[in-house]
Amino acid sequence: MATVLSRVRTSAPIEPSTTLVDPRALAEQRQRKQVVPRVLQRFLGPVLLVALWQLLSSTGIFNARTVPPPTKVVEAAIHLIADGSLQEHLLTSLLRVGYGAAFGIALGLILALVSGLSRVGENFVDANMEVLRAVPNFALVPLLIVWFGISEVPKITLITLAVAVAIYINTFSAIRSVDAGLVEAARSFGVGRAELVYRVILPGSLPGFLIGLRLALTASWLSLIFAETINARKGLGRMMTDAREYFQIDVVFVLIGVYAMLGLTSVLIVRFLEARLLTWRRAYDGD
Amino acid sequence: MTVTESPTDTVVIARGVRKAFGDARTNKPVIDGLNVEIRSGEFVALLGRSGSGKSTFLRALGALDGDFEGYVRVPERRAVVFQDPRLLPWQRVLTNVTLGLPATAAVREQARAALSEVNLTDKAKVWPRTLSGGEAQRVALARALVREPELLLLDEPFGALDALTRIKMHALLLALCRKHKPAVLLVTHDVDEAILLADRVIVLTDGRISLDVDVAVPKPRARDSDEFATLRRRLLAELGVTGEIQL
Repeated sequence: MATVLSRVRTSAPIEPSTTLVDPRALAEQRQRKQVVPRVLQRFLGPVLLVALWQLLSSTGIFNARTVPPPTKVVEAAIHLIADGSLQEHLLTSLLRVGYGAAFGIALGLILALVSGLSRVGENFVDANMEVLRAVPNFALVPLLIVWFGISEVPKITLITLAVAVAIYINTFSAIRSVDAGLVEAARSFGVGRAELVYRVILPGSLPGFLIGLRLALTASWLSLIFAETINARKGLGRMMTDAREYFQIDVVFVLIGVYAMLGLTSVLIVRFLEARLLTWRRAYDGD
Repeated sequence: MTVTESPTDTVVIARGVRKAFGDARTNKPVIDGLNVEIRSGEFVALLGRSGSGKSTFLRALGALDGDFEGYVRVPERRAVVFQDPRLLPWQRVLTNVTLGLPATAAVREQARAALSEVNLTDKAKVWPRTLSGGEAQRVALARALVREPELLLLDEPFGALDALTRIKMHALLLALCRKHKPAVLLVTHDVDEAILLADRVIVLTDGRISLDVDVAVPKPRARDSDEFATLRRRLLAELGVTGEIQL
């Protein structure tokens, strides 16, 4: 046996019967060096789109009345910022979303806990929330106007409901999918009801809550647009209505850009929270 | 009551324990009239095939399942180690060990001591996710031992570990039991494990005790000793397998 092994080890390479390749040659193709950092690559698509847009505008293929060139849109944005109107309307909208999100998160969490922690609570809450989720948000606007008039209340309520539904649905399902084995183990080690909630169930449902938060923030901007159709004197929605009335297409483009940035910012906020709150899910430990 | 007849060092008394899932009148019981006593510091292995009711009995003793009939008395200080470590992924290792205990400096000190007993002093501050299977199970062992249990319930604790890690865990468990002297009920389907570790082996067949023997193999127990092989054959026969591969 030993002699056979040593003979194989010392013998010259055997002539391959088929073509053999160095696996590294194949692997390297997939591991090319990144010349441009990944972060910058992400901007490539939008930048190319704007460049194409500018090109089509400059060559006159796009009608400047319906599709103003990017330069014109930027000019409009600078003008709106210079006279302070954009900031003013933006602040009003941000406050509405801020209040709506705060109330909605609180309401959604409370309902998710009531429903998630007890079967009785589930019977009272869950079906109602499912119905509320099934109803398009916008359909509630007439009711809210009848009940609360055209003040800030119906606007913030509309956003609150949209946020609460998104938070509720995801947090409830997350609570119910907390590993029963962990709950059982914790109980067997003498963990009481209150400690069980804040040490096991809440942290266990945090990933689901954060998914809910992401959807909730998206929903809040959508609801804001609906809410600001309710006779808003200020806000991005009002600006949008005015721009449409006076055919200021460049302002419309500026506002679409603002909505896009607000949406992206909310995603970044949630990503930041996920990175901070879910460190335990990462495979490697910092310290 | 016959209960008072038991010697004072008995920590587990189970008489006529019966449990059926679903409708108790029509369904066949999983455990049917079990009578078991475990003395203080005694290491008992409960052997049985899958579905023999061994885990059901452990769950009854561990107050994990209160839905059974019969007379059962267990010490207040109990701890369970499950087949999976069941560590809270969002709590550092040390906080997992102190789970359910008051958050005092003294308790944290005891937890550190327990971690050092399972040779994981340097892992106190890491997330459970970064641990290997054997390490996680050692944390689960530390979490159980920090409570200084009078009764340690082990539900196939090494079932998910690789063979080499399991050997190390056996030695560690024996050392820890020698030090802390809890009564142990080890549920397993591994005959070798039962003989290596236990003072007494109970075989459960279809929810009833079919064999209850003291392990007379001298310590330290070697798998290749005659006593070991004889008992091994007997237990395997009781479980309905020959242990030889028919070619």
